Amino acid sequence: MKILVAVKRVVDHAVRVRVRPDGSGVETENVRMSMNPFDKHAVEAAVQLAEAGHATEIVVVSIGQKQSNDVILTALAMGAHRGLLIEADGRVETLAVAKLLEAVVAEEKPDLVLLGKQAVDDDSNQVGQMLAGLLDWPQATFASEIKVLGQGLEVTREVDYGRATVAVPLPAIVTADLRLNTPRNAALPMVMKARSKPLAVRPAADFGVDLTPRLKLEKVSPPPERTAGRRLATTAELVAAINSELAELEAL
Amino acid sequence: MTVLVLAEHDLGRLSAATARIVAAAEKLGPVDLLVAGEGVSAIAAEAAQLAGVEKVLVADSPALASLAPEAVATLLARLAEPYEHIIAAAASTGRDSIPRLAAKLDLMPITDVVAIHGPTRFDRPIYAGNAIETVSSGQAKHLLTIRASAFRPTVLGNSAPIHPVNADVATVAKFIAAHRTESDLPELSTAQIVVAGGVSFGSAENFALVADLAHVLGAAVGATRAAVDAGYAPNDWQVGQTGKIIAPDLYIAIGISGALQHLAGIQGAKKIVAINKDPEAPLMKLADIALVGDLFEVVPQLIAGLKR
Repeated sequence: MKILVAVKRVVDHAVRVRVRPDGSGVETENVRMSMNPFDKHAVEAAVQLAEAGHATEIVVVSIGQKQSNDVILTALAMGAHRGLLIEADGRVETLAVAKLLEAVVAEEKPDLVLLGKQAVDDDSNQVGQMLAGLLDWPQATFASEIKVLGQGLEVTREVDYGRATVAVPLPAIVTADLRLNTPRNAALPMVMKARSKPLAVRPAADFGVDLTPRLKLEKVSPPPERTAGRRLATTAELVAAINSELAELEAL
Repeated sequence: MTVLVLAEHDLGRLSAATARIVAAAEKLGPVDLLVAGEGVSAIAAEAAQLAGVEKVLVADSPALASLAPEAVATLLARLAEPYEHIIAAAASTGRDSIPRLAAKLDLMPITDVVAIHGPTRFDRPIYAGNAIETVSSGQAKHLLTIRASAFRPTVLGNSAPIHPVNADVATVAKFIAAHRTESDLPELSTAQIVVAGGVSFGSAENFALVADLAHVLGAAVGATRAAVDAGYAPNDWQVGQTGKIIAPDLYIAIGISGALQHLAGIQGAKKIVAINKDPEAPLMKLADIALVGDLFEVVPQLIAGLKR
């Protein structure tokens, strides 16, 4: 099978973000950027499917500014075969992202599209489901296990009550959750080799998708701050404190 | 304008989240509450009691038994026409089906809404809750998922009429099996009290202390990502950015240092109690009530003390 993996360049998940004082967004200047962690699980899943002989080609696509090359190179170093950067400046909403990916699917004709379940910047958790809707393909989101079974996949998903296993025929969309696998750190020779793998760069305009945002971003605010409360000295004091909280709750 | 709300239910009961979503949706207009599934008439009867519900729509079909996103999105698309707002809980079913529906209707969805400022203006957390964005939409319809824990539930005492709707849907995905975590404790995402433990419990056996305390308090049990990854707790107990987002009135964190991604899941907690050996742990500095101590000493004493 042929696999398309979508990856996004985001503020590194370990960075403590700061809201800009003018409320226009989150400070992204001079901040460490890296591949969205869930997308790393998606790339790893694709590479493992290739290593197991199920996948013959892995194409990795990213949408964003030209610096998004970084995350494509990371995916190529992990074992993807070919990259595509769709260059777009400014805010590209999830609907437009899904439409751009739909256009890439029309060109590449993959059997499986793997994505992270959500990007850790805007936490939307939308693109995989939207792409599935546009293509009218089955979707298996929040995957924690992927098995190839005949002409389809058996995917175990993380859901509210625990886990659920579904069978989906191909072509299909699968989004990766964090327990799907442990993404590899590419060794230096693989990083060097990644630079010689094909990486096409095309402007978003090539794909005939309207990128005008549908939503108006009015402002971004910091969350309400918490401050330290009381320090207790003994468990007996804690019992009393919890009992008084419980009494208050009962009064509600 | 009437609002279409997708009811959350599980194991033949209406989920606690539904009363919260209805309360949030009610700010936008009278609510038509859709109960989709197989053999859901008892759930529909429960749904009809929620205040604010104008009518209950019932889509009953074996094809809706697992609430597969293809089926739910098809059903919602067929019902969508007269509604300006279509709303589901930001839980497994809604997260899966609302964006799919949005793409089919060529709309931008707004997911994980935590505040409603009117029919077209909403707040949603970004960057794991480290920032809140306010967005407004000029689209003809608004497709939302709402974080149930951010809203107070509506009350009972209604008897809304129940109407069956066309439930003819097909899906190519096949449901194979559910792997459930058995528990007689309240549901984590809507519980009033949550007791959670971290990786410092050291084993699944020791982690049972958390459940023991939860039983005494009638609380739900939560766990950190590290505790889940270590196999001490099942994945559906995970609290944090990638697990459940909770907003209990009382949150008791035991041996939890307070990693960024965990704090993202508890931002809505009203009171935080922290117990930790390390007085410098980030969560100890945010807690309303903190006790420095060894959890293996403190928790059994706490259980004994609260039982009295």
